[in-house]
Amino acid sequence: MEIIKTDVVIVGAGGAGLRAAIEVAETNPALSVALLSKVYPMRSHTVAAEGGAAGVAQSNDSFENHFNDTVTGGDWLCDQDAVDLFVKEAPRELTRMEHWGCPWSRQSDGSVAVRPFGGMKVERTWYAADKTGFHMLHTLYQTSLQFPSIKIYDEFYSTDLIVVDGRCRGLTAIEMRTGQMRLFEAMSVIIATGGAGRVFPFTTNGAIKTGDGMAMAYRAGVPLKDMEFVQYHPTGLPGTGILITEGARGEGGILVNKDGYRYLQDYNLGPPDPWPRKKAMELGPRDRLSQAFWHENKKGRTIDTPHGDVVYLDLRHLGQAKIDERLPLVRELASSYVDADPVFKPIPVRPVIHYTMGGIDTNINAETSIEGLFAAGECACVSINGANRLGSNSLTELLVFGSRAGRGAAALASKGTLPDDTTEITRQGEVARGRMTALFLQSGDGESIPGLRKEMNQTMEEGAGIYRTEDSLQETCQTMASLRKRFENVELEDKSNVYNTDLIQAFELGSMLDVAHAMAVSALNRKESRGSHQRLDYIERDDTTYLKHSLANYDPSGEPRIEYRDVVITKSQPGVRVYGGDQK
Amino acid sequence: MTAASEIKPDEIKTRIIEIEILRYNPETDDEPAFQTYQVPCREDWVVLDAVNYIKDELDRTLSYRWSCHMAVCGSCGMMVNGEPTLSCHSFLRDHPDKLRIEPLANFPIERDLVVVMDDFIDKLKSVKPYIVPREKRSVDDGTHKQMPAELARFKQYTLCINCTLCYAACPQYMLNESFVGPAALALAHRYNLDTRDVGASAREDVVASNPGVWECSFVGACSDVCPHDVDPASAIQQAKIAGVLDYFKSFLMPKGEAKK
Repeated sequence: MEIIKTDVVIVGAGGAGLRAAIEVAETNPALSVALLSKVYPMRSHTVAAEGGAAGVAQSNDSFENHFNDTVTGGDWLCDQDAVDLFVKEAPRELTRMEHWGCPWSRQSDGSVAVRPFGGMKVERTWYAADKTGFHMLHTLYQTSLQFPSIKIYDEFYSTDLIVVDGRCRGLTAIEMRTGQMRLFEAMSVIIATGGAGRVFPFTTNGAIKTGDGMAMAYRAGVPLKDMEFVQYHPTGLPGTGILITEGARGEGGILVNKDGYRYLQDYNLGPPDPWPRKKAMELGPRDRLSQAFWHENKKGRTIDTPHGDVVYLDLRHLGQAKIDERLPLVRELASSYVDADPVFKPIPVRPVIHYTMGGIDTNINAETSIEGLFAAGECACVSINGANRLGSNSLTELLVFGSRAGRGAAALASKGTLPDDTTEITRQGEVARGRMTALFLQSGDGESIPGLRKEMNQTMEEGAGIYRTEDSLQETCQTMASLRKRFENVELEDKSNVYNTDLIQAFELGSMLDVAHAMAVSALNRKESRGSHQRLDYIERDDTTYLKHSLANYDPSGEPRIEYRDVVITKSQPGVRVYGGDQK
Repeated sequence: MTAASEIKPDEIKTRIIEIEILRYNPETDDEPAFQTYQVPCREDWVVLDAVNYIKDELDRTLSYRWSCHMAVCGSCGMMVNGEPTLSCHSFLRDHPDKLRIEPLANFPIERDLVVVMDDFIDKLKSVKPYIVPREKRSVDDGTHKQMPAELARFKQYTLCINCTLCYAACPQYMLNESFVGPAALALAHRYNLDTRDVGASAREDVVASNPGVWECSFVGACSDVCPHDVDPASAIQQAKIAGVLDYFKSFLMPKGEAKK
């Protein structure tokens, strides 16, 4: 097997991976960086983020406000030391993006403009119209091209970490162009592979978001933290699940039911006026808004369409000029995909799986429990997002923790020499290659990849969606266990080497099943309702028992083993989440 | 709540579309050949949905790229009935009962609808698509001021998603693959116009060279197929004008670098 030696390996070339690569290159230009991704960097799903990135920008705002909004929004499951440093580093990272050329939208005096997002006391979301993730990703990618030490390995699918004596020493990856397995040997490894929304059938997430990095770390022995917390975004287009940014509500959009009534006022988010108003009504947090839709649906007040029930997001009162300036993508997407030009028609929307709050367990330095292994971005769980991520914190998180991962990886790679004996590394590489070979050899009455994927999707939606119960979760856990078993019998129809997407989809399915199982078992064990995790049988938050992170530990054949760790509380004691009312 | 994935098929029209796809596996095929599929398509689908149906239900061996399904990641460009097309943004309601799908023209085929992107990536890099700063600026210095009008001068050229439809449409690139091409030249122009940047002269070697803007014959096919109205043709024309001005300035001012 070809061995590629490098100082730092980064898996995933979206926002977090690129930011980490640049940080390594700037920290120590002598270090070689191999940046691997299963897609070209600009295809990474950071590209689809629309509304913006949070960072204190105005004199009427403060770190304390950003901290409080984040911790409250996360229903007190955030680690407060992590949030503290996150809010302080946020404006610095966003400023750095500005220096690198990010085309942030501007105010008339030439300074960077900010807009309000849900659950936010003062507007602090930096934006580039409604294509913020797109612009950030392209800015980072283009910026990375000036560093000779960064070598990008496009279309390499990473399969297994190599860990020797508790130290991460590299990984194996399939070069998709040839179908050959390569071994990357490194001093430090950063995982930045994004989330796992694709375990659900209806999601804003692109096809690539299959939790590969989460599964890779999990199988290597790093726990997956808080996996039961999966965010529904309240406004996705029916049918496709395409995201309509919260920025649309930040600019003044309203949500109405079939009677044209702003129903959020019935769910402790009102009164409706004056509007727009921060931390109220349509600018409440995502979990509350998605849950309100569920109740509204139960009351029969949603609109029945061929793609399921919807409510309307109405932007007409904003007028064409404002929509075109601030929300051009929303206009384009709604017009072409659901035939609703928001200048003239309300947009049909419904809650859609959007973001995995949980992920690879890391500390505030992006380090995992395996020495030399770091993780950042949506695949990681620090946790700054707690039980419900505040809108526009995720783009900033990519930068803050991507950069910290880069610094940590660079520091470790700069100081160390590692044992010369690579026998064990090579052996593990061969084991990984054996896993791939086995997939090719399996034949007979095998399981189909799309078939298993659909069963997984259906099960997760039915059993682990917006509202969950003991029964629904029990059943989901059992189905996931049996799907994982059946996956061992999966059969490839494509036996060729070059760009074999049947093979890649098999690996992706394996990752998704591991991750979905961790989500379901974590959810079953958390017998309370908090943030995005809502149980119909345990409707209250239970701080006595569950003010804790859940840690799912991998078991190759059985259920994940769940452990708990205390949340870091520094200055904000758990309280009641108040939105609407007199909030200013 | 009704399941989001639950479709009421009787409420959405379906029809059978005959889809021909150019297949090529370098390990087994001497040359590419068409394969035909009969696909039951829903009227609200895009072309990509039909291709995904083939992959999931009819033929696991088909290879192609896709991800976001919202016209922003730029992966899923294909020739659809001869036109460079972003397949996630091309609606079946606008197509007849027969579709012919091929890999993007003017690129070597890697496998089926997957083309070799190396040349494009090299060209992107060649134009130095990053800010060359006037002076070193630290984070503590804060952000630059940039007036909305200054942003507006280059904003359009930041919208390129690197889908490479413009290369598939470009008659010059077809004839001469050393042509830097529409997307890369538009990107160079984007940075040249940015008030934060002074890299125009560093980009000149590539941009103002023969395979650079002067190779373009201004057919405008690139702008016609661009899914985001970047209008690379106008970027190239503006760059030509800027190049001519620089040429004359060089007589008036030795080392006549002027910020455009």
